[in-house]
Order: sequence, then structure tokens, then C-alpha cells
Amino acid sequence: MSIAKRAAFLLGLPVLLVLTWWVTTIGSTSFFVPKPGELAQTFVRVWIGDRFFEDVVPSVTNLAAGIVLAIVLGIGFGVLIGSVRWLRALTEPTLEFFRALPPPVLVPVLMLLIGINDSMKIAVIISGAIWPVLLNTIEGVRAVDSVLSDSARTYGINGWARVRHLVLPSAGPQIAAGIRQCLSIALILMVISEMFASSAGLGFTIVQFQRSFAIPEMWSGIVVLGLIGIILSFIFQWTERRVLRWYHGLREVENAG
Amino acid sequence: MPAKTTAQSGVDTGSTQEPLLSVKGVQKIYQVDAGEIEAVRDLTFDLRPGELACLVGPSGSGKTTLLKCIAGLMGATAGEVVLSGKPVNGPPKEMAVVFQEYGRSLFPWMSVRDNVELPLKNAKVAKAERNRLVDEALEAVGLDHVPRSYPWQLSGGMQQRVAIARAVAYQPKVLLMDEPFAAVDAQTRADLEDLIRDVWERLGITILFVTHDIDESVYLGERVIILSSSPTVIQEDIQIDLPDERDQLTTRSSARFTELRGHVYEQIQIAKHNTGASAPSNAAGGSPSTVAREEAE
Amino acid sequence: MTAVAPSASGQPVTGKGQKRRTRTGPPRPLLGLAGIIGFLLIWEALPRLSVVNPDYLPPASEVLVVFVQNLGLTAFWVAVGQTLISWGLGLAVATIAALVLGLIIGSNSFLRKATHSTIEFLRPIPSVALIPLAVLLFGVDRGSALMLVIYASFWQVLIQVLYGVADVDTVAHDTAKSYGLGAVARIRYVLWPTTLPYFMTGLRLAAAVALILAITSELIIGNPGLGHQIALAQSGAAISAMYALILATGMLGVVINFVMRLIERRTLAWHSSIRGEAVV
Repeated sequence: MSIAKRAAFLLGLPVLLVLTWWVTTIGSTSFFVPKPGELAQTFVRVWIGDRFFEDVVPSVTNLAAGIVLAIVLGIGFGVLIGSVRWLRALTEPTLEFFRALPPPVLVPVLMLLIGINDSMKIAVIISGAIWPVLLNTIEGVRAVDSVLSDSARTYGINGWARVRHLVLPSAGPQIAAGIRQCLSIALILMVISEMFASSAGLGFTIVQFQRSFAIPEMWSGIVVLGLIGIILSFIFQWTERRVLRWYHGLREVENAG
Repeated sequence: MPAKTTAQSGVDTGSTQEPLLSVKGVQKIYQVDAGEIEAVRDLTFDLRPGELACLVGPSGSGKTTLLKCIAGLMGATAGEVVLSGKPVNGPPKEMAVVFQEYGRSLFPWMSVRDNVELPLKNAKVAKAERNRLVDEALEAVGLDHVPRSYPWQLSGGMQQRVAIARAVAYQPKVLLMDEPFAAVDAQTRADLEDLIRDVWERLGITILFVTHDIDESVYLGERVIILSSSPTVIQEDIQIDLPDERDQLTTRSSARFTELRGHVYEQIQIAKHNTGASAPSNAAGGSPSTVAREEAE
Repeated sequence: MTAVAPSASGQPVTGKGQKRRTRTGPPRPLLGLAGIIGFLLIWEALPRLSVVNPDYLPPASEVLVVFVQNLGLTAFWVAVGQTLISWGLGLAVATIAALVLGLIIGSNSFLRKATHSTIEFLRPIPSVALIPLAVLLFGVDRGSALMLVIYASFWQVLIQVLYGVADVDTVAHDTAKSYGLGAVARIRYVLWPTTLPYFMTGLRLAAAVALILAITSELIIGNPGLGHQIALAQSGAAISAMYALILATGMLGVVINFVMRLIERRTLAWHSSIRGEAVV
């Protein structure tokens, strides 16, 4: 495919959608839907400046801390539980409950137990985002190939070396799928923790805009959240493609065969 | 390595040299939901240092089970395996195993070179020494041109070469091979068989080679141990008095090869119906090999 | 938002015919039960030993009593019903829309390429970002919950259906074509059976996400249902009641997961990925 054609496919529909939006709002005075130009202006006015450091940076910092801790704890406990047969049997139904529990209901609980502060917000993110990582890691560790495992054993690869060279890479694709879910849940919980009980942060600010009927500002906030989601997703895909290059190559070979 | 073309020399070395590996009365019973399955009844044999022995038996004759017991991957129900005078409880350092499933025994996330290097790294071999061993091993199996590739980018035969290189670089005293060439095509298989003979002659390691292929066992081995059906016992233990210099064409077309092959084939046919349970009646009649069970005299 | 499709889990299969020693020890279900009891005991002990303030975390026994009492209350079941209606309605709308769109986009290479960037762009936008908009449009009506549920679960199904259609074996497709199967028959016998496992995965994921969003909407916006009851209990400092409701929400999630897996297994009884899974 030529570059021009690829660009057309990449940008065609988005441009068409924005044009439609622009045309349909030309003469409109709709209260709910701002004009594209108006939204762009508001976005720059509201978010490029002090508010970026006052609301966006702290929220994103909490988000990053929550995600990193959820991933580290999820993989750590996942490897432990996945490697020990009786531990897995012991914890399975309990973990099944926490997986099924909609994470936002933990916001009021953690508010009580920790109070309203940044630790609470990070705890909320971890409490919801850890489960997909944990459960996928357990599943991935459990599914380590028996022949590969025997090979490692015959060469005396045990303990930490086994975790590092065999268990983690082998569970990698599964863990990555868990991390992908973890990211979207973490973002949801970041917003909710700020909407539910907070006096700062992105979620709080956006709700403030809505309550004061500052509609273009509210929309611009929604755009910020969308952008964060998209950036997270890009970071994930970029990293995943590099870390799991072997896996994608292997899959391609298998599918071709 | 001196040529061992007669039964006599085989018996001599057997009596003067300490065995490197002893399998003594090994029995393996699996506990399953329906009760017990006895896979291996009672197996005893010794391997001299530097020997290349083939274990051959009908399919389902507990070959893999036996190999796993020897490799220390599985505990025997009764009996013991002794390597260099020490009983085996868990995979010993002086042993390396090459499995049949090459696609599942190499780490797919590591390059060919890293795969070969990992056991050495894990054993804390110094960097320079490690590089030398890896280079030599890759060269020995004819893979010095693809160290950066991933194993899954190679053909099946080449993947198995990587597994062999990994085993060779580890410098084991005993190399166990569990039907390593069962899953590759015939041409590749012949090449790999010659590779094994070559590696064995050059490095002087002891090899126990499990196979279900009669031709392969006779072509490769100095000695062929024939197993019965499960529950497994030893059906026969014969020396292969073919010359050390073997060649796919001349060796396989020699009269002696055909004779030995025919004998092993016959024994396998008997073995299919023989199990440890039915007490082998040692098919003495029509044995063309004078060395069979000569130690018993 | 998992990208792992049913047949594409990529994990090496465990050795066939591999014999596994059975370990001595209590059977799995008993251990699992012990795990639950252990969890409850720890929960009971923490407030009793004042490790955490009992005002903030009442002992498990107190919460369980309220939980059981709730089961006899009409108001509780009304709340459960309200949550389930938002969940089911939203899930149904999202599933049908995503299935139809997914099949259309997926089986046309022009549409697939043209929509790719837009889908990849819209998908990561967190559904909760729409909360303020939902409040403006619907207030505390069910509409706001539906809006969030539909938006979130739509992507789960759409992405999986797109994966599924992309997975249709070109050979099977060509074979079907060469035997003169018409468009309808091709959809019926080739496209649909291949896509079905992916669709079921998407549906199962969407069902879980839909519950999260239904509860979130009730909790934050305040439309009636279990989530709203939790918010009320919290603001009224009825802490045991709050925990009991959270427990109920979790149980609802467990039941939904279980039912969805059952449906998936039933529908795909012929499919190898499920057959393999059922053995474990």
C-alpha cells in the first residue's frame, strides 16, 4: 500500500466525522454540543497552563503509581500462587469473588479505612486493577509447558533462575493480556476515586464543570481523559510489541504452518 | 576409543571398569484414579564410561518413564539409579537430556546462542569459558551461522541440533536422548544420526539413546537394550559388533547390519507380547548374536 | 479488554497422555472452602483484635448477619432487579449493535481498513469520562446507566467479533465458494461458526464490564439499584449494611460470571478450545 493510500485510510474516517460534526453544528446553538473550533479553543484555554500541573499531573501520578504497584504485586503474588498447587486450590474461590466484585464498590470502603487522600486513591486503583494481572499470571504460570519445565530442571535451573528464565517469559503473553485490562480498569478507578470523594484531580474538576454547566469545559475534560486512555494504550502496545516480539513471531510461524 | 568388534572385549571392559551409570531394579508404578498402573516392572543395567547404548522397545513400553527416572525427573517406586557412585534423587549435574519435542524444549524467547548459554550461565561458568563452550558446541552441530536467530525460525532438524548443542556445551558425563529424531523427516534424521556418532566419537561422552526405531538403534549403538512391553523388563541386551566407522550407505547395506537388524526386529515382535508380567521366556532359539546375554555364563 | 482470543491463547498445550501423579491431601473443593473460611476468619479477627477500627470494618459475622437479613427484604431484591435491568438491557443493545457492525466491518476489507484508526482511537477512552455527559442528558434516570453500560460493553464485543471474522480460514472460505454456496450460506456455515467462539468471549467480557458500569453509575450518579444503596448506606453511616451490600454485589458478579461461562461452554460444546479447557 502506498503512503498516500495508507494516510487516507488512517485519516479518512476521522476527518469525515469531524467534518460532519462541524457542518451539523454550524448554525446550531445546541447547549450540549459545542462547535469543534470552540472546543479546541476551550481545551487550550483550560488545560494548557496551571491546571495541567494542578489537576492533570497529580491524577496521572496517582494513576501511574497505582498501575505500577498493581502490576508488580499482581505478578509477584501470581507467580507465588501459580507455582504452589495447594495455595492455588486454597485461594481460587476467594480470588474468584474479588475478580467478580465490581471494583468501584471498594471506593467507599477504602475511603473509610484510609481516609480521603492520595494513598486512598492509589489503593483504590490497586484494589481494582490488580485482579486481571494476578489471575492471568496464575493462569500463565500454571500453563508452563511440561517439556520446557523438565528441560530447565535437567540443567539445574531452579528457584529464582527458573522464575526469571522460564516462568515469567512463558507466562508473558498471558500477563500482558492481564496488564491490558489492568490499564483500563485503573483509569476508570482514577476518575471514580476523584469523582466520589475528592477536592482535586481530573475527575473532580470535570464534575465541577458539569455542575456549573460549563459545557465546553466539561467536554474538554472528557477529551483529556480520552487522550490519557489513548496514550496509555499506545505505551502498552509499544512496550508489548518489543517485550513479546518472540511471541508474535512464533505465532506467525505457527499460523503459517 | 579402541575398536570393540567382538563380544569378548565388551565383556572385558564390563568387568574391569566401574560402571558410570547403574540402573538397579527400577520399578515405576503410577497412582491413577482407577488404581495403579505399573509402567516399569524391574530393570537393571549398567553403562560403562564412553558407551553409546540404545534402548529400544515397542511403543508403550515405558521407555520415556524409564528415561525420566534415570534423569531424576521422576522418583522410582522401587530400585535406584546410581551415577558415578552417587544415587540419583533429582536431576544430577553430570547429566543432560535431549527430548523428542524439540519445539517444546527450547526457550522460544531466547536466541539460539542464549539457549545454549543459559545452563552454563546458571552453573556460573566464567564468561570466556562460556563463550568458548558455546562456540564449540554450535560449531560441532553445524549451527555456527545462526546464533542470533530464534529457535522457532529454524527447521525442526535444526531446532533439535540446538538442543543437542545445548546438551553438549553443558559437558555432561551422560547424555540421555528420548526419541530425539522421532519427529523429523527421514533425510534430516540420517544427518542427525551421523551427527550423534560424530559428537560421541569426538567428545567421548556416554550416551543413552531411547528410540522405537530398530534401524536407528542398530546403526547408532555399540549396544542395544531391548525392552519388553509394559510393565517393562529387559528382553535382551546385545552388543553391536559393527565397525566404529559407520556410514549410512555401507553400514546399512552390510550383511552384519541386516542380520542384527533382523534379530532385534524378531525380539521386538516377541517383546510386543512379552511383559514383565508374563515372565520373558528369553527367546534363545534362533539368536544370531553370540554375545546376547553372554555375561550370564 | 483482553486481546486473547479463544483459539489464540498461544499457550503451549500440556503434553498429551502425560501421566500425573495424584498428590495425597484434601481434594480441591475442600481446600477452596478452607480458603474462604480462612478469609472470613481473618476478616473477623482484624476488627476484633482492633488491628483496624471496627467502626470502619465490622467483623465478618456482623456483616454476614445483615447480608442474610437482606435476603428476606423486598427492597433488597428490588435494588438487585434494578441493577440487573440496567445491566441486561445495556448489554443486549451493545451486543446486538456490536455484532451487526462487527460482521459488516469485518467482512469488508475496505471498511476494516477505513475504520481501524477510529476504533483504535475511541476504544481506550474510559467509559466513566462520559459520566458528566450522562448526568446532563439523563440525570438519575436509568438512561445514564444505560449510556455507560452500552458504551463500555460495545467495544468488548466489537473487537472480538472483528478478530473472529479476521480468523475465518481463507481456505474454508474458498472451498465454500467453489462449492457454490451463496452469500447467506457462507455466512451461515463458514463465517458464523468461526466467529462464534470469539463472539462468546466478547460477550463474557462485556457482561463483566457491564456490571461494573451499571454499579458505578448507581454509585456515582445515583440511579436506583445496588450501587445507589451502597452510597446511601455509606452516607448514612450504616457500615455493616454497606459491607453486606458490597458482598451482595460481589456475589452477583460471581453468578453472572458463572452463568456466562456456562452459556459459553454450552454454545461451543463442539469447539476444541472449550473442549480442552473443560478437562482442566
